[in-house]
Amino acid sequence: MKTDGKIKHHLSQDLLMKYSSGTLCEAFSLAVATHISMCDDCRAALESFEAVGGALLDVSTPEEMSVDSFESVMALIEREPAEITEPASQPKSDVPSALSGYIGGSIHDVKWRPIGLGVKQSLLKTSGNSTARLLYIPAGTAVPHHSHNGNELTLVLKGAFEDEISRFGPGDVEMADEDLDHQPVAVEGEDCICLAVTDAPLKFQTLVHKLVQPFLKI
Amino acid sequence: MDEIKIFDPNEKFNRIKIVLKLFDDIAFPHSLSPNRDVNSSVAIVGMGPRILEDMGHSWEELMLMVSTNQDRSAFKQLFNHFAPRIKSFLMKAGADPTMAEECSQEAMATVWNKAKLFDPARASASTWIFTIARNKRIDAFRKIRRPEPDELTWSDGMEDAQEDALELKQQSEMLADAIQNLPEKQRQLVEKAFFKELSHSEIALETGLPLGTIKSRIRLALERLRHAMG
Repeated sequence: MKTDGKIKHHLSQDLLMKYSSGTLCEAFSLAVATHISMCDDCRAALESFEAVGGALLDVSTPEEMSVDSFESVMALIEREPAEITEPASQPKSDVPSALSGYIGGSIHDVKWRPIGLGVKQSLLKTSGNSTARLLYIPAGTAVPHHSHNGNELTLVLKGAFEDEISRFGPGDVEMADEDLDHQPVAVEGEDCICLAVTDAPLKFQTLVHKLVQPFLKI
Repeated sequence: MDEIKIFDPNEKFNRIKIVLKLFDDIAFPHSLSPNRDVNSSVAIVGMGPRILEDMGHSWEELMLMVSTNQDRSAFKQLFNHFAPRIKSFLMKAGADPTMAEECSQEAMATVWNKAKLFDPARASASTWIFTIARNKRIDAFRKIRRPEPDELTWSDGMEDAQEDALELKQQSEMLADAIQNLPEKQRQLVEKAFFKELSHSEIALETGLPLGTIKSRIRLALERLRHAMG
């Protein structure tokens, strides 16, 4: 994990709250879990939100259980005895395990598809309307200029990119919405790999990109 | 491509202090201090709901009795407190009473089955049980995969475990007290934002409150919680 403790751009509180309460869709949850695996600050913030959830649970008004519910639970436990519940050791990978399951192992296993100008992508299969994909941007190359219909979250896994907002290195998260019209450029020296999640299709600025967009599924 | 190395799962993580920091980077400095005056927080805890229902053991102690001795009477006390509250949480999230009953029973069975994974130095009992109820909710309602962060591999010994566990338990109790002491309207909004699958604008529709009011009430509520923790 080469973040060198220099993560500057973190998850929003709203995303952490939704992830902790279990109301975030799968694609965004993937990005959140991957970032948290790389970022102790956001892990601590997540655990704080889980503590809020625990406290809300603790003080909530109880709903009456059915009369034999305790006996039912004990019967359930007898019927399905505890499995070995130690967490399985995670298979070795160069990405956090949340992500490795989606790409078939490690970064080397990703099936890239070129989308022009050296930029490649790989769509990841998630449920719901949001889309998750990996982007491979060669050093010094720009991702086509685009704005967004909805929200886009980009998490840098390797290398770095710069846009009108800031510079984003490994572990950094950029959140973009309808108002941001940006052109990320991978910085020189190292190819950049990102996990990008959107809840609506991107809007590309040139006619050519508008024409090809339906075929690229981005 | 052979040199690509983004992430080394064997890399030692530094043990992080679980900091109850809400909604910005200002943590709760007093609750972090190892020299914190324990008596002052005990006094606050004493006013809370915990004492009223205290049967001699904390939830954390009862959890450990379940994990080490499969203690059924300890489990029954946990069940009596948490099962009706998990049911309530699931109903707030939109489950009908039958489904909520069934899922809370399954959640409690998971509490028993996974008791060995409970570590009071990492989470209080209510926090840990909440995460189980939440995962049950995701399984039952949405049937989606939930990507989970990597487990931390603790880098050093457990010499601070008892101190951490005590601190977590106290923070957890203070947080519950602080939530109980929120003005009713703020508490309801935090609950909605947290438990229901609603955006702020959907909450606005449901409560009839203007969006700006909702956002500021939630912010105010979280400010108050943080203040109560300090």
